[in-house]
Amino acid sequence: MKKEIVIIGGGPAGLAAAVSAYDAGVRDILILERDETAGGILNQCIHNGFGLHTFKEELTGPEYAARYLKMAQEREIEISLNTMVLDISPEKTVTAVSPERGLFTLEAEAVILAMGCRERPRGALAIPGSRPAGVYTAGSAQRLVNIEGVLPGREVVILGSGDIGLIMARRMTLEGAHVKCVAELMPYSGGLKRNIVQCLDDFNIPLLLSHTVTAIHGKERVEGITLAEVGPDRMPVKGTEEYIPCDTLLLSVGLLPENELSKSAGVALSPVTGGPVVDETLETNIEGVYACGNVLHVHDLVDNVSAEAAKAGLSAAAYVQGKKTEKGDSFRINCGRGVRYTVPSTVYRDEKENVTIRLRVDNVYKNASLNVYFGEEKISGCKKNIFTPGEMETLILLPKQWQGREGDLTIALEDNA
Amino acid sequence: MKQELTCINCPMGCALTVEIENGEVLSVTGNTCPRGDIYARKEVTAPTRIVTSSVPVKGSPYTRMVSVKTEKDIPKGKIFDCIEALKGVELNSPVHIGDVVVTDAAGTGVNIIATKEA
Repeated sequence: MKKEIVIIGGGPAGLAAAVSAYDAGVRDILILERDETAGGILNQCIHNGFGLHTFKEELTGPEYAARYLKMAQEREIEISLNTMVLDISPEKTVTAVSPERGLFTLEAEAVILAMGCRERPRGALAIPGSRPAGVYTAGSAQRLVNIEGVLPGREVVILGSGDIGLIMARRMTLEGAHVKCVAELMPYSGGLKRNIVQCLDDFNIPLLLSHTVTAIHGKERVEGITLAEVGPDRMPVKGTEEYIPCDTLLLSVGLLPENELSKSAGVALSPVTGGPVVDETLETNIEGVYACGNVLHVHDLVDNVSAEAAKAGLSAAAYVQGKKTEKGDSFRINCGRGVRYTVPSTVYRDEKENVTIRLRVDNVYKNASLNVYFGEEKISGCKKNIFTPGEMETLILLPKQWQGREGDLTIALEDNA
Repeated sequence: MKQELTCINCPMGCALTVEIENGEVLSVTGNTCPRGDIYARKEVTAPTRIVTSSVPVKGSPYTRMVSVKTEKDIPKGKIFDCIEALKGVELNSPVHIGDVVVTDAAGTGVNIIATKEA
């Protein structure tokens, strides 16, 4: 079967991309979602704080998802649930399987990758010890508590201070568990400041920076963990080990864009983000294949996901409608001091629209500026009291800023005088 | 007296400075929107929070649990009382977003409402 736009994933990115492609005039759109409901991870993020930018009000995750689902339903956009995509070919043939349709293939004119991300599991951490029950990723615990209605443990230690870990520290506490501490390897938290205030400080849960778990104890079930301080080299400091009895260890140690399908399509991935390399239209190196949301790079706010996905939807629509102009010369966006990555990483000089650049910094910087250069010439700057790796920064580039200028763009953090 | 706060209204987490004298807020600085000003004044006098949780639902084709929230922010000291008020609550499908699950939770005058269709 032929389809104009096939969207892989029905979470916030997939839904927003579908809505914007529809509003740009495309009608032949299909969303493939592996879960039994659309909305993605928002369904288990029952806390508030979503949608202040998009809807100008504070919503919970399920409410935010419901808004976008309603928009998709009003437009009668087809969503195929319980559908697992098995393969995407470089020719944009999508192979999927579902209980209703069995194994089937779709010939897509354009594909939007919106598969989201996965949590880094215990196996990727190399913590010594046996393999007892009671070690969960924070997101698995979140699903157990909020969707299945099961509390996975009573005496809890959380390793990693990513947002899901912080949110789960509060959630487990409210459900009657005792969260002993949150240990963070780095000297700063990877989570949002507001979550440290309202998830840890409110409940007197200690955040131990520069600490890690060096052993997991217990045979059938976790009985305890060994916690140790780490030095500047992030290695445990001898003599600081402490045994903490607990029955559960939650891991909130990073998210990884889920790009197995992108790889099979021949999409080039960035070694820094783990997501596709894209230009300002969010097109990958494969013509007609676009990426948005957490599969592209891990976002802090769903509002940013929605905005980015809407752009991918517009670009895919322009592509299938033949409105896309031939791409000419482009310039690169180089990461200067303190900038870990930017999305996009290239911009076509013929681009007529403003370009939104999303980026993350590589450390905590106080009283600094994010400056944009063409060669030696500074074209813009943004001053802030604090930059942290946990928060995504957004810069807008105007066509007049690159028109008539030669060479590549560099974004760098510089200390304020 | 000056007090440093992190605004929790949205994920920007603005660093706020509140100037207080004799229990009166003289000024709030560091906020980027009016919500920050309101938050800071409340946080140093009578802090409030929105409480979210989930409760079981019977007969829903989509889900076993329905997520819920306090309709408005409630006094911070009443968080656990609101959670207690949800104990034993079980809903029957259909449930719609905005349906009242508990009225006047823990004497706060604030209802707890559903945030998911079930």
